[in-house]
Amino acid sequence: MPDKKWIPQPKKPRTPIPEQKPEVRRRNFKEVALGYTVELAIEEAYRCLQCKNPLCVDGCPVGIDIPGFIRHIGEGRFEEAYYTLKKYNSLPAICGRVCPQEDQCEQLCIMGKKFKPVAIGRLERFAADWFMQSGKKEDFQIEPPTGKKVAIVGSGPAGLTCAGELAKKGHKVTIFEALHKPGGVLVYGIPEFRLPKKIVDIEVENLKKMGVEIKTSAIIGKLYTIDELLEEEGFDAVFIGTGAGLPYFMGIEGENLNGVYSANEFLTRVNLMRAYMFPEADTPVKIGKRVAVIGGGNTAMDAVRTALRLGAEEAYIIYRRSEAELPAREEEIHHAKEEGVQFKLLTNPVKIIGDENGWVKALQCIKMQLGEPDESGRRRPIPIEGSEFEFPVDTVIMAIGQGPNPLIQETQPDIEVKRWGIIKIDEQGRTSKKGVFAGGDIVTGGATVILAMGQGKRAAQAIDEYLKTGKWE
Amino acid sequence: MYLIKEIKEIAPKIKKMVLDAPLLARKHKAGQFVMVINTEKGERIPLTIADKDPEKGEITLIFQEVGKSTIEMGLRKAGEYIFDVVGPLGKPTHIVNYGTVVCIGGGVGTAPLYPITKKMKETGNYIITILGARNKDLFILEKEMESVSDEFYQTTDDGTKGRHGLVTDELQALIDSGRKIDLVLAIGPAIMMKFVSLLTQKYNIPTMVSLNSIMVDGTGMCGACRVSVGGVTKFVCVDGPEFDGHKVNFDELLKRQAMYKDMEEEALKKFLEELKKQESCGGCHA
Ligand SMILES: Cc1cc2nc3c(=O)[nH]c(=O)nc-3n(C[C@H](O)[C@H](O)[C@H](O)COP(=O)(O)OP(=O)(O)OC[C@H]3O[C@@H](n4cnc5c(N)ncnc54)[C@H](O)[C@@H]3O)c2cc1C
Ligand SMILES: Cc1cc2nc3c(=O)[nH]c(=O)nc-3n(C[C@H](O)[C@H](O)[C@H](O)COP(=O)(O)OP(=O)(O)OC[C@H]3O[C@@H](n4cnc5c(N)ncnc54)[C@H](O)[C@@H]3O)c2cc1C
Ligand code: SF4
Ligand code: SF4
Ligand code: FES
Repeated sequence: MPDKKWIPQPKKPRTPIPEQKPEVRRRNFKEVALGYTVELAIEEAYRCLQCKNPLCVDGCPVGIDIPGFIRHIGEGRFEEAYYTLKKYNSLPAICGRVCPQEDQCEQLCIMGKKFKPVAIGRLERFAADWFMQSGKKEDFQIEPPTGKKVAIVGSGPAGLTCAGELAKKGHKVTIFEALHKPGGVLVYGIPEFRLPKKIVDIEVENLKKMGVEIKTSAIIGKLYTIDELLEEEGFDAVFIGTGAGLPYFMGIEGENLNGVYSANEFLTRVNLMRAYMFPEADTPVKIGKRVAVIGGGNTAMDAVRTALRLGAEEAYIIYRRSEAELPAREEEIHHAKEEGVQFKLLTNPVKIIGDENGWVKALQCIKMQLGEPDESGRRRPIPIEGSEFEFPVDTVIMAIGQGPNPLIQETQPDIEVKRWGIIKIDEQGRTSKKGVFAGGDIVTGGATVILAMGQGKRAAQAIDEYLKTGKWE
Repeated sequence: MYLIKEIKEIAPKIKKMVLDAPLLARKHKAGQFVMVINTEKGERIPLTIADKDPEKGEITLIFQEVGKSTIEMGLRKAGEYIFDVVGPLGKPTHIVNYGTVVCIGGGVGTAPLYPITKKMKETGNYIITILGARNKDLFILEKEMESVSDEFYQTTDDGTKGRHGLVTDELQALIDSGRKIDLVLAIGPAIMMKFVSLLTQKYNIPTMVSLNSIMVDGTGMCGACRVSVGGVTKFVCVDGPEFDGHKVNFDELLKRQAMYKDMEEEALKKFLEELKKQESCGGCHA
């Protein structure tokens, strides 16, 4: 298609994305946002000013050429849009859906100063979905085999990205994944209604087409240690992308009562083990009439909306700060509210009360107020004395954060760790052990998909360097 | 996919399954377990590796048919495949020369007890074994256990074999006889481990138990398996499965084990009905 003259339409309102109606979707697991049509995508693309000095790019952790791919969409060159994205981001269909755009690319988009920012994430998703649906074969451009072998531990976004980048360079890559399905949080954590598993499957299939071998149900630290991978199994380098999967609990009374879940357990039962199909699938999950989810991040929103979809009559978010501090993506908070999730803000549980059979009966909570900002820059919540109250519930889901998975650190003491078992790396992604690299949540603590991917990509470059030069100093 | 090389009933409702799993056979250490997923829609259930043969590349699982997953697994035949097996999981047993070790096995708990006892014996310990069962037909691994024991006792609830009573009665008798006991290792139903621990606490005998909490992933990622040990929450799959019996909150464990009782019963009922339907059609699909 010939280049048209680009005439931006800044005054047009941000193009809404078609969605399932809240009263329908609150009881099904189908994707909430249906995605732009070709017409809608082009319409939204033309809102972009094609800035000479695009601020949006600074907001993207992997520095995507945002005006570039948006121009391609506007001009109807969708395949080019896709390959432009792929140059920077190997999982655009996923990031377009789950990136916290309002804190990243879209936060800095110049259009946001006067109007609403360009819907960069939605456009990214559009280009990726368009390519997947087009049935076109992806052009992987793989370099000739180098004869070097790399082991990737963990198949979350960090591991998948690192694997893809290394495969392109001609290295022989094997992914070891502890669970029986690859994808990390993308399959066991983030629910179908936000990220259809089919998309993750397609990305995994693509990796296989690139020659990456995926060994599931293979736990490093148990089946093999890192030393064994390097010394006995013939790998020349190892990348650790084991994520932050260790669920935190609050340490309050009653947390081990029946009916108290970690968000990880709850979501794993439903997503990975398909408990929503019980007894068709064998794994059960318990859903009470009144469900309280403790926390305010993406994990909490996913858990509370999943509870609704499994039939909870009332579903609550209990969060100790105020609405402004909720760490979840804006869109998820908005969707949760539309679906009828109730928010109890400035409220913190102090105790879980059980009945005589060991089941949850109520939460004892205390009201909070906001004090001075703490080291994270957010205002510190302070309990209001004497404000305790009882809140009857029958399921409690703890979504207060996750720590690094511990299995590798336990068996490989020569890999240096920081507080809480977070693996220490340098600016190239190298650990303290020769030939071993790391990235993703295992080095940052719970962060985001795009950051994990960015680190996987950067480590892949360093690994490639190392394999070529053998240098490590 | 894991090939079933052999499956047989070794006591009523207790089956032994030998799987082709060379890597697991090579990597397993006494005290560790695997998560087994029987079919594509199956749940992940923890089972101890009861024995292994690294040369033949085999592992042996011994399981009691208590609910849908284990009953369905018991119906599998040699030559068929198990969907997935993950492991080896959990910390291996800390095995050193303690001196005199009393190894107590209750019911199917004898299966996980056997590889540990064998290793304890090899490490130079004096082994006194006590096996308990409801009646004489329910014992498993009697010969194997006896062959690695210096002294061997049995108890039955109904008196059909060995002492008429519980394993704790035999243990009490040993203690009363003034024997010096350096360690008690008890594996069996939670209720048995609870009473063994209460008894040994009175006499200050160090006691190790292996807990069978409900699990999902078995890799420390969900917290389903959590138990209170000395007032601190621990994950059985990564911190255990063995713990100091004197510190475990068994009442909490017992309650948590029953968390899905109603749903498990529903699933089992449905499964048995399906099974009946299939049988009444003459098993033509078999
Ligand atoms: C419920 C939930 C919702 C989220 N929503 C969003 C969102 O909307 N947007 C966003 O940007 N971020 C979101 N996040 C955060 C994001 O998912 C993570 O930051 C990201 O997945 C981290 O990627 P990773 O590759 O480092 O690790 P993970 O995705 O955690 O993957 C690690 C993998 O390693 C495996 N593993 C661990 N130990 C071993 C071992 N010893 N051997 C072999 N394999 C091992 C694990 O099984 C896992 O599959 C969410 C997180 C959760 C839990
Ligand atoms: C570390 C460990 C090692 C074990 N080793 C053995 C063994 O060698 N042989 C053996 O017979 N049994 C063993 N068990 C117990 C075994 O896992 C359960 O009997 C089995 O999961 C029951 O599944 P089901 O579907 O047949 O029964 P269900 O009807 O589902 O449940 C019956 C009872 O089994 C327990 N249970 C159910 N699901 C699980 C689960 N996912 N994880 C743990 N327990 C569950 C519950 O207490 C439940 O009430 C072990 C358990 C653990 C934690
Ligand atoms: S990857 Fe994320 S931050 Fe970067 S442009 Fe896409 S949506 Fe924005
Ligand atoms: S800052 Fe906004 S308007 Fe400018 S190029 Fe980026 S997306 Fe387009
Ligand atoms: S079974 Fe999930 S943490 Fe132990």
